[in-house]
Amino acid sequence: MTRDTTESDQEFVTLAHGAGGGAMRSLLDELVVPQFTGNGAETGNDTLVGLPELDDGAVHPAGEGALVITTDSHVVSPRFFPGGDIGRLAVAGTVNDLAVMGATTPTALTCSLVIEEGVPTADVERVIESMAETARQAGVPISTGDTKVMGNGEIDGILINTAGVAYVDREQPVPDAGLEPGDSIIVSGSMGDHGIALLAEREGFDFTGALESDVAPVNDLVNVALDAGRITAMKDPTRGGLANALNEMAGKADVGIDLTEESIPVSGPIASAGEVLGIDPLSVANEGKVVMGVTPEDAEDVLAAIHTVPGGEDAAIIGQVTDDHAGRVVVDTGFGRRYLSEPEGEPLPRIC
Amino acid sequence: MSETEPLQFRDPAQAEQLADRLETLMADIDEPVSLMHVCGSHEQAIAKFGLRSMLPDGLSVRMGPGCPVCVTNMPEVDEAVAIAEQGATVATYGDMFRVPGTKKSLADARADGASVEVVYSASEAVELAAANPEEEIVFFATGFETTAAPTAAILDADPPANFSVLSAHKYVPPAMEVVAEMPDVDIDGFLAAGHAATITGYGLFEPFVETYELPIVVGGFEPIDVLLAIERLLEYVRDGKAGLENAYPRCVSKAGNEQALETMWDVFETVPGEWRGIAEIPGANLVLRDPYAEYDARRRFDVEPVDDGPDPLTEQCICGDIMAGKADPDECDLFGEECTPSNPVGACMVSSEGTCKIWDEYGGHPNL
Ligand code: SF4
Ligand code: SF4
Repeated sequence: MTRDTTESDQEFVTLAHGAGGGAMRSLLDELVVPQFTGNGAETGNDTLVGLPELDDGAVHPAGEGALVITTDSHVVSPRFFPGGDIGRLAVAGTVNDLAVMGATTPTALTCSLVIEEGVPTADVERVIESMAETARQAGVPISTGDTKVMGNGEIDGILINTAGVAYVDREQPVPDAGLEPGDSIIVSGSMGDHGIALLAEREGFDFTGALESDVAPVNDLVNVALDAGRITAMKDPTRGGLANALNEMAGKADVGIDLTEESIPVSGPIASAGEVLGIDPLSVANEGKVVMGVTPEDAEDVLAAIHTVPGGEDAAIIGQVTDDHAGRVVVDTGFGRRYLSEPEGEPLPRIC
Repeated sequence: MSETEPLQFRDPAQAEQLADRLETLMADIDEPVSLMHVCGSHEQAIAKFGLRSMLPDGLSVRMGPGCPVCVTNMPEVDEAVAIAEQGATVATYGDMFRVPGTKKSLADARADGASVEVVYSASEAVELAAANPEEEIVFFATGFETTAAPTAAILDADPPANFSVLSAHKYVPPAMEVVAEMPDVDIDGFLAAGHAATITGYGLFEPFVETYELPIVVGGFEPIDVLLAIERLLEYVRDGKAGLENAYPRCVSKAGNEQALETMWDVFETVPGEWRGIAEIPGANLVLRDPYAEYDARRRFDVEPVDDGPDPLTEQCICGDIMAGKADPDECDLFGEECTPSNPVGACMVSSEGTCKIWDEYGGHPNL
């Protein structure tokens, strides 16, 4: 992955690999995906959506329908943040990965806890309560799990892995690669809330409580949207935010996307905090939002439907899919046009 | 910053009027004009708002040696890496973290087990030292006047004994002179950095304007600020005049922050220094004066990193030309191919203020 300088050069995984974007993708393409694919063919099991698609979950034929499966590990600092905590994040994250595959009634979740020695039991209790509450909200049981304790310094605090399964009609799954020229792009609400709130909290900036994470399950919202019209592609804009999600969708479908900056919902306090930190709210995580491509005829109906769901009030049509500039996202700023590129590396506040 | 402030400067209709005005001015001038700005934040603003697509044909606005990260020389990064490898904790700004030295960046050093921390300010590095008294904390200090002044303030305030500074601070005006004198650089005026001028004051540029007979306008970072400053510069060009103007009066004064400047010059003195890819520039590097010697990491540590030549790829990197305003990033063969933000070859691809990084992120060309 890194350029060769001398023969003795060893290569190492760096934080940049973990931040999504190109570095992460080449790590997966080179080390992971080639080893794991093919197993299904050998055993006679097939996938409708499998690992090479790098979608939010996998889809396997099962009886008349299909099983959607997804898994996610969560570490976050701080553990409790304005608007949520790691437990809520772990449950919502997995429910949302299923939801954006079109699987809005999850069958069950699993919960694997890895806890560092020295974490207050009260913290664990609080995290578990929050997981239970979020699962109730999403209407899904957490039905199996595993718990490990590691020594001091062996992991950082609490790590939670959750996996989820859902049974759907075989026609139902929505891939993230299905955008078609002409589609409208809809986001379900304001962008950047989770990422900016967390960075501000971590850096000790006091924005007088105006910043809160949006972490929440979105399966109800997606369900209503699916009923209202044809959704061609869908993602939850988590790591790397809207910028990452749209670049991925454009790349996979080999289409371009044109956005109007003015129409993208970003709350006032998030925008100001972003300015101060030098970080673009469009490039940081959301944990309770969806971005989707909708057939143009249905766009207004889908938008109206989302508006009726709590959490969907600020949904907006933010742009269109086009034949031009395939694989790239272009924003009209009201002044001129520029790219919205995939963020690379950890978001780091500017030098001055 | 107040919550509503940015919006007043983001009025596309007003921008459109200014663009028309630029059109008229360029028609009057009737020949190509090249303006240079010397600040990464200006490049950011221009690219982020897509302003180049609003500029008339024949007018080019390019970035000069304006990013303190980009002009940090490879051996300076090597010094920081060497100190980290000797067991001290090196604290630095996030932007510096991945800048390649001849062999390694600080990020590489950390992946190899050295202790490197990202901080957001000099005072955060001091807090780190206070909290870890048994460790040596070395602040790898980079940046122009805007960050040199806070570094100076910290040193002036009796930091803990386990704290020291590896200064790679730089001073902009001499670099502008060098660029203005380069024979193949043809600049008709400078857009000076509003942030830096809040500290130095715009009066600082008076001698430059006299010597080089070029206009300088200090500008802010909102789209309207930038367009306004360009308009003022074009007026000077049309009239064939030199002159100095402050188009950012809401932040910048003529004298600057005198107290901060006094502390800065108390702590630092200028020495000649090599700016990455540009040249050795007289009076452009800031080093600690003798009274502060005990806090000077260069004197506290044995920093003589072995220099066995840079990565061969870096020889194809044209950062030097880019920072001298002679080339655009997409003229570099490595741009977007071998050189990307996650695997940068040159420094211009690393920092959020580097031209190549900015072009990679936003696209630099007008006709998207
Ligand atoms: S230090 Fe400030 S003024 Fe100087 S280049 Fe960076 S942003 Fe611009
Ligand atoms: S693209 Fe990379 S290699 Fe080329 S000039 Fe920019 S930083 Fe240097």
